[in-house]
Amino acid sequence: MSAVANTQAAHSGHHHADLHQHKESFISKFVFSHDHKMISKQFLVTAIIMAWIAMIMSVIFRLQIAWPGESFAFTHFFLGEKWAPGGVLSSTMYLALVTIHGTIMVFFVLTGGLSGTFSNLLIPYQIGARDMASGFINMLSYWFFLTASIIMIFSLFVESGPAAGGWTVYPPLSALPQAIPGSGTGMTLWLFSMVLFVAGSLMGSLNYIVTVMNLRTKGMKMTRLPLTIWALLLTAIVGVLAFPVLVSAVVLLIMDRMMGTSFYLSEIHIAGEALDHMGGSPILYQHLFWFLGHPEVYIVILPAFGISSEVISTMSRKPIFGYRAMIGSLMAISFLSFIVWAHHMFISGMNPFLGSVFVFTTVLIAIPSAVKVFNYLTTLWRGNIIFSPGMLFSIGMVSTFIAGGLTGIILADSALDIQVHDTYFVIAHFHMVMGVSAIFAMFAGIYHWFPKMYGRMMSTKLGYLHFWTTFICAFGVFIPMHYVGLAGGPRRYYNYTEFPMFNGGVADLNHIISVFAIIGAAAQIIFTYNFFRSIFLGQKAVQNPWHSNTLEWTTPVEHIHGNWPGPLPTVYRWPYDYSKPGKLEDYVPQTVPLEDGEEEH
Amino acid sequence: MTTLLILAVIVLAFLVVMRLHRVSDLAAALRGEREELIPEKDNRTSGRMMWVVGFIYLALFTWIPIHFKSVFLPPPASTQGVWIDAMFHFNWIMLGIVFYITNIALFYFAGKYFHRPGKKAFWYPHNNRLELLWTVIPAVVLIVVIIYGLYVWNRITAAPDPGTMEVEVYGKQFDWTIRYPGKDKQLGATDFRLIDGDNPLGIVTGNVVTKRLADLQKELEQAEVDRAAQAEIQPTDQLADMDDHIAHIRRMREGIMNLGILMKEDIATNGGNSKYLHGADDQVTKEFHLPQNVDVELLIRSQDVIHSVYLPHMRAQMNAVPGMTTRMHLVPTITTDSMRLVTNNPEFDYILLCNKVCGISHYNMQIPLTVEKPGAFKVWSILLPSFENKSKVADEAPADSSKAKVATDTTAVATTTETKKN
Ligand code: HEM
Ligand SMILES: [Cu+2]
Ligand SMILES: [Cu+2]
Repeated sequence: MSAVANTQAAHSGHHHADLHQHKESFISKFVFSHDHKMISKQFLVTAIIMAWIAMIMSVIFRLQIAWPGESFAFTHFFLGEKWAPGGVLSSTMYLALVTIHGTIMVFFVLTGGLSGTFSNLLIPYQIGARDMASGFINMLSYWFFLTASIIMIFSLFVESGPAAGGWTVYPPLSALPQAIPGSGTGMTLWLFSMVLFVAGSLMGSLNYIVTVMNLRTKGMKMTRLPLTIWALLLTAIVGVLAFPVLVSAVVLLIMDRMMGTSFYLSEIHIAGEALDHMGGSPILYQHLFWFLGHPEVYIVILPAFGISSEVISTMSRKPIFGYRAMIGSLMAISFLSFIVWAHHMFISGMNPFLGSVFVFTTVLIAIPSAVKVFNYLTTLWRGNIIFSPGMLFSIGMVSTFIAGGLTGIILADSALDIQVHDTYFVIAHFHMVMGVSAIFAMFAGIYHWFPKMYGRMMSTKLGYLHFWTTFICAFGVFIPMHYVGLAGGPRRYYNYTEFPMFNGGVADLNHIISVFAIIGAAAQIIFTYNFFRSIFLGQKAVQNPWHSNTLEWTTPVEHIHGNWPGPLPTVYRWPYDYSKPGKLEDYVPQTVPLEDGEEEH
Repeated sequence: MTTLLILAVIVLAFLVVMRLHRVSDLAAALRGEREELIPEKDNRTSGRMMWVVGFIYLALFTWIPIHFKSVFLPPPASTQGVWIDAMFHFNWIMLGIVFYITNIALFYFAGKYFHRPGKKAFWYPHNNRLELLWTVIPAVVLIVVIIYGLYVWNRITAAPDPGTMEVEVYGKQFDWTIRYPGKDKQLGATDFRLIDGDNPLGIVTGNVVTKRLADLQKELEQAEVDRAAQAEIQPTDQLADMDDHIAHIRRMREGIMNLGILMKEDIATNGGNSKYLHGADDQVTKEFHLPQNVDVELLIRSQDVIHSVYLPHMRAQMNAVPGMTTRMHLVPTITTDSMRLVTNNPEFDYILLCNKVCGISHYNMQIPLTVEKPGAFKVWSILLPSFENKSKVADEAPADSSKAKVATDTTAVATTTETKKN
């Protein structure tokens, strides 16, 4: 199969060489580009902008949580008199901000941004393909993503405010504008934005799967794929299977909202009036939502695993420990991620016996996760670690993943979840395990592959500063947050001042959290500056700056159509021959044939 | 204002950093340094930083629970709370061990094995025995965790003994209402179409149904008169709205008529045991009391959106879902008075708070819970007015102005008393 694909690809490479003569117009090169490298950059820059928006939101609501009722020029500057009268965030806008913050971060930054950027960049490069299977669909996937982003941002400006029922948008709250103003136009826009987002994500995913299956270069067996590709492939498969279910959940919700159906609504009396809806179940929505929602969190973390595996191995100058076990655990995680969703619903009114089944499956998922952590640790052991910023972020990722994974086991235990469900303990859990880990991996990927993306280097010194401030602030924010949750502190509360039990230590913890959050957010200025400055003024990159084995580093620094100027490279070995005994250098690229009598690891 | 200053300072600090960076960058470029060639001293420093920060991290992790002991909840005030806390302790110990081992290994390795020139990393691509070992050990440990967890979960969620005291907790935006079963110890049937100011839970009784039907009839007539009067003046979409409204009232009326028939049938078959006869003596209140050391089952409902009954001191939580009744039972073990002594806080109150986002005042949807000795509870609960009496009192005031209403009421009472005799 791959041989056929190979001739095809070689053919199209030929074709490209011809085309190369005419100069591309600005529009076809930068805007409606079909080129995977450009599309990856488009995803990345869009995600960075979205991340800034979502992060500013988090600063605004952290200010409110720590200093409730105080006036902030910062808040007023962004929200104006309507949503922050006198600089005090209104409770309506508070809920809207946490909702949109969550939505943007989960979907637009950590799904679109992370797998969109790195699937596009790395899949063709690392499997030795000239481009994605379909450049056109790839382009469409970005434009759907961008349109969805724009609609989401636009929803911030509608009269009745954006969606405000939390990022999970549980009905009836999200179905009834009488229940909360955000469930009016804002919610409609949210739903349409998500449908577009999913459509784009499906196009992307199908393309990624087809490309990895069909366009691998000669010699690139599945067992010679870098772990990044394995991770991105599994991410795409999980996405294809899970995202359509979100669309069905969303479509039913749209119908309940606009056509008077009763999928999720029953026996509701609101705003002095009994509604006609009978027979629906809000729990149905939760099942549908989490059937995507849980795999979704793995859609976020699998690429993060892939990136950190690659970076840790390269920069420790050591093969990743247990390559096959790593693939096996990625597969196990992907599979298990489909049969654990109801752990978000232990106390939703679902049958407790069903709950026990999900306790079992959920705790099982900790086993492959533990294997991954042990394998990372062993990879570091007796390595020869070069602390590039990418490496620092990868190590940071492992550490936050440990913390978040362990609290996951607490939450997976339904009996314990009774106590901490919907408290800040859950917030701390998933920010550690998903938020911080994935964003760290994303940073790692950016620092590591920036030379490939832009042909220039990012500043290492600024990278150090960025890493250490971010790392310390991440702990400063999320470690105390666990204790707020254990103290019984509920999430999505506009303030805690109505409860004497939260006035003492909990308020102190909230101050600590917010201070770290503000510093941590400010530290991202360093990154943004470094990123955009280096695009234009960074040091010119060399071809293979990290002395890496994978194929992307055999392409020229200057981007060309079809990636390789000559024929496609041929692969002779796995990508992790670092510090192999008997070799002169501490790395052996995949394109170097095995020596006589040399074993392939 | 101060925050603005702080922000300004932060921004300035970054501007300065960038300025300095520009300068050092230029100097480095002049010296021919390359970004990707990390100098030896930077690798060493980063390694050392890993140790320092790793240490700070573990120290912080250990210090917070000690220093902020006061934030932890007081001892669990229910039997299930005791089980849950014990299980928490067990899990914390297990996970704590793993947490320290893995983090120490991570930061230690990262700090120790920084790059040294001329050194080669140890070639160690896999070791099947090791991998098997650390798949099997976590698996065994986790099986223990699962078994213990399910054991506790099954105990907590086991169906209560028959005859367990039932109390309804009813959520709506943004407060809680409590219903006690009254003399007959049974909660009566409810229907959301009967909810109004006098009947916040929509309790079904013969009176209520008759009255509601009469109200709807009047409402319907009014709406039809309005519709006829406006037919010429209003634009068609307005008229369509009015038609919708009329249709809605019709549906409501039909629903309630059906309910009435159902009620009659049920009473005819079940006699005194019919759930439609239990409502009259129910006690609806905005105060929440529970007796100590008595198993109570909370029947949880919601009027509008999902809420969640969260009793942190009892380690108890269950969602309130519109359209269904969820249940949870618990045995409160410590009275409020004793807890005030234990926590050394004379103002202490158990609190029931809403823990599922439900709208703009979600953050203040709470009701205090008083746990008292069964005797005191009995005295307190006997004094609560029963639903039928209370709504009678409420009815009498407007009754003067509308004779018709009084008439329907009395007939309704007559029919119920009649069916009761059967
Ligand atoms: C060791 C493996 C893990 C286990 C056992 C686990 C378990 C759980 C459980 C039981 C909950 C529900 C808590 C509640 O709502 O009361 C939860 C919430 C969550 N977890 Fe995990 N988790 C694990 C890993 C992860 C990973 C890897 C991610 C993401 C990459 C993640 C992301 C989330 C998110 C986003 C939520 C909260 C969603 C919400 O309510 O808003 N978890 N986790
Ligand atoms: Cu989950
Ligand atoms: Cu509520």
